[in-house]
Amino acid sequence: MASIEILNVSKTYPGSAARSVTGIDLTIRDGEFIVLVGPSGCGKSTLLRMVAGLEDISEGEVRIGDRRVNDVDPADRDIAMVFQNYALYPHMTVRENMAYGLKNRRTPAAEIEARVAEAARMLELGPYLDRKPRALSGGQRQRVAMGRAVVRQPAAFLFDEPLSNLDAKLRVSMRGEIRRLQRRLGTISIYVTHDQLEAMTLADRLVVLNAGRIEQVGAPLEIYHQPASTFVASFIGSPAMNLIDAELSGSQLRIGGAALPLDAPAPAQGPVTLGIRAEHLHRAASGLSFSVDFIEELGAQRLVHGHVEGQPLTLALPPDAPVADSMVIAPAPGALHFFDTASGQRLGAAAPAPRAKGVFA
Amino acid sequence: MNRVKPFDHLVLILGTIFMVAPVVVAFMTSTHTAADIHMNGLTLTPGGHGVETYKTVLTRQGGFTGQVTGARMMMNSLILGIGFAVGKIVLSMLAAYALVYFRFRFATAMFWVIFTTLLLPLEVRIMPSYQVMSELHLLNTYTGLIVPLLASATGTFYFRQFFKSVPDELLEAARIDGAGPIKFFIDVLVPLSKTMMAAIFIIMFVYGWNQYLWPMLMTTEERFFTLMRGIKQILQVWIGSQIPDYNEAFALAVLALLPPVLVVVVFQRWFIKGLTESDK
Amino acid sequence: MTDLPAPPLPRLARLRARFLAAPEPAKRVQFDRPLLPWLFLLPQLAVIVVFFYWPSVQAITSSFYIEDPFGFGSTFVGMENYGDALGSAEYRRIAGFTAFFTVMVTALALGLGLLLAVKADKVIRGRSAYRTALISVYAIAPPVAGLMGMMLFDQHIGPFVKLAGWFGWDMKVGLNYWDTAFAMIVVSVWKQVPYNFIFFLSGLQGIPAAVREAAVIDCKNGLRRFAGITLPLLAPTGFFLLIINITYALFDTFAVIDVMVKDKPANNPITLVYKVYLDGFRGNDIGGSSAQSVILMLVVLVLTLVQFRYLERRVHYG
Repeated sequence: MASIEILNVSKTYPGSAARSVTGIDLTIRDGEFIVLVGPSGCGKSTLLRMVAGLEDISEGEVRIGDRRVNDVDPADRDIAMVFQNYALYPHMTVRENMAYGLKNRRTPAAEIEARVAEAARMLELGPYLDRKPRALSGGQRQRVAMGRAVVRQPAAFLFDEPLSNLDAKLRVSMRGEIRRLQRRLGTISIYVTHDQLEAMTLADRLVVLNAGRIEQVGAPLEIYHQPASTFVASFIGSPAMNLIDAELSGSQLRIGGAALPLDAPAPAQGPVTLGIRAEHLHRAASGLSFSVDFIEELGAQRLVHGHVEGQPLTLALPPDAPVADSMVIAPAPGALHFFDTASGQRLGAAAPAPRAKGVFA
Repeated sequence: MNRVKPFDHLVLILGTIFMVAPVVVAFMTSTHTAADIHMNGLTLTPGGHGVETYKTVLTRQGGFTGQVTGARMMMNSLILGIGFAVGKIVLSMLAAYALVYFRFRFATAMFWVIFTTLLLPLEVRIMPSYQVMSELHLLNTYTGLIVPLLASATGTFYFRQFFKSVPDELLEAARIDGAGPIKFFIDVLVPLSKTMMAAIFIIMFVYGWNQYLWPMLMTTEERFFTLMRGIKQILQVWIGSQIPDYNEAFALAVLALLPPVLVVVVFQRWFIKGLTESDK
Repeated sequence: MTDLPAPPLPRLARLRARFLAAPEPAKRVQFDRPLLPWLFLLPQLAVIVVFFYWPSVQAITSSFYIEDPFGFGSTFVGMENYGDALGSAEYRRIAGFTAFFTVMVTALALGLGLLLAVKADKVIRGRSAYRTALISVYAIAPPVAGLMGMMLFDQHIGPFVKLAGWFGWDMKVGLNYWDTAFAMIVVSVWKQVPYNFIFFLSGLQGIPAAVREAAVIDCKNGLRRFAGITLPLLAPTGFFLLIINITYALFDTFAVIDVMVKDKPANNPITLVYKVYLDGFRGNDIGGSSAQSVILMLVVLVLTLVQFRYLERRVHYG
């Protein structure tokens, strides 16, 4: 049974006073698919590379299985890595690329042969085994990179933005393939991406990072429905959650000059940041007056951009919903999120996941 | 934008003729007899004595000791060109590998020690270099001919630039695959550098083959003479003579220019790549 | 991270800081072995120390001494060798000619190289043929170029001499100072044009097609387009070549000169490098020759520093 423990790990680059990664604590269970997600520069790659052994760990400890690996060479950590640019050896054939790591650890030739054949079968690389990487398409190269990881039969796969160099369509299908493969092999995977959609669709658990710290850890839907901070709220989900300035006073919510009754006890009083998902807003008989700026038609839904009381707001409506230049809208019950205006942290206990009206209902 | 422009072609053709004509004249004239040339001047038409002239130049034993033939000089030029190119590639690849792929104390200092050599061409330190060679008893040896020319960082510079352009992830993947420094060098970096090595080989071969001043000083024994030294020789003999051996001089010139020209023309693409990428 | 920019360091301190600072690592991940890098560096370092640093130091030290002509030791004379060199009318005349020669060769070789490159860049058909023809000239050794030049300017058989004769120019290369200079410049330029051509052409082809197309739309006049768009974009290449050409004219033309003056430098033009060689090997004036070497070293040093400064600036462009 493999597991990976990341215990209070920090990274300080030499010559820099500030930490790039600060106090990360994370335990990854056997077979789990963990996605590290965040904007560029948030430290997600650094964290992954510390697990891989490509960066020194400044503070804290990384354990793979029950071994402390801080000072273990990358080759001896029992991990395999898939890089963004694939990092295939351009002068070796697909077969040699996959076999190289096994050869270096003196795996018997017959065993190498068998493992490469198995990986090739799994990834449908059979016909390309004797080609060089430059004779392959982007998706095929991606698969070879995965094959190189698979043949190692490691305790963990580390993925560093492996799909970023592919076009949108291929990215979706490779995403599915990675997920399927991981399910089948049951190997721990740590996957770094800046693409929230990729993160949502792949993860058993999502780790949202910001400025070198963990903002939130949880299952994708948990994070989607109960973002721990305005950062997570605006990063996860598309379109991004609406965040507007509001004020809680008694059992009323004031937005500029407008007011709404609250359907649950207010978690705080005074100014707050209000969060509402676009799909949790709909036309209503009474509520906020919303003036429309423009509409984006996505086919399955239409995104209506406009503003309420001078603050921008986006609605996701069913494709056939009528839209007027100016309309009255209201949030779905239980769909309001409140955040501290200064710290951005969530206020009050998480509400149960609301049922959206409209297409997602 | 891409219409055919006769004027552009005219300039190019004139330019090319001006550039290439001397070579053609040299070759054509070398196929006539010396007396013929003396009478009629340089020509653009082939004469009937090419074979015998080249045969003479290649095989006649000349000089004061009678030890040196054109073929021998050609051999020496080849040894200098190839020895220099190979030595340059080996030394500079190893040094560049250390500078790019290792973390070690004094790396910056070593960088400067090596790259300072780019500042001073051999010509300005030729006198003391000669003295050092004579103190080391390396005059009239192939070692003395080749090794001092290696004391410059051009090759190291090229390889350093090239290694820096190799994606970082390749080393990272190799390390996860369990390759150490030597394995990575042999299994990954050397095969990756093939084109670069070819380009540098061509540039350095031409450079070595074309050396003039250094071989002239280093070799007083005729059996070490290169073709460039031979050209100097033929001109010295020339000064007193009635009808100079124009044909043989031209034949020697053609022999001296042919190998580097062939190498450069045949491997043009690599050569240009290596040459123009060095400035980045 | 602070909001305030770091106060500007004084120049010298900044230079020192840059020199002593750990180098920006060339790779994110590097090997960490104490001995191995030294093993890899050893051959190169050995060659450099023995054949570069040792002679260079010797050149500098012996420039402060006068060697006894009969080999009985040497006397320290301080800056006297430098004073002698710089004070002599002959040295100054040769320095003057070297400057003239360098300017002529550099300007002509760059100009012709650029002209041919611009034309070759415009035409599609035959571009590689022109390139091949010109590249073949690049590979010719300077002494061979000198020999061929001598033939072309030969008193009896040289076509250039005949050509000049039609215009009433009685050309006597090897005898007349300026006639020899003329021939030397022609041969040196001829040898260097292909090099400039290759670089200019590759620089021109590096200009993105979109920029050219935008220029065509913005400006109808081809000449103005060339001056306003192409030339500035080619400036980095041009500057790099300028330095290379100056170095070429100063040093690499040695063989051309040696062949063309035919060991009779007395009434023929020579350059400073040639004088270093003459005084050192013919005149056995080791101290004087070394002092001249050091002066040349300083010239090269200045040139290279200009180049480094410039290259550094160019990094910021990119």
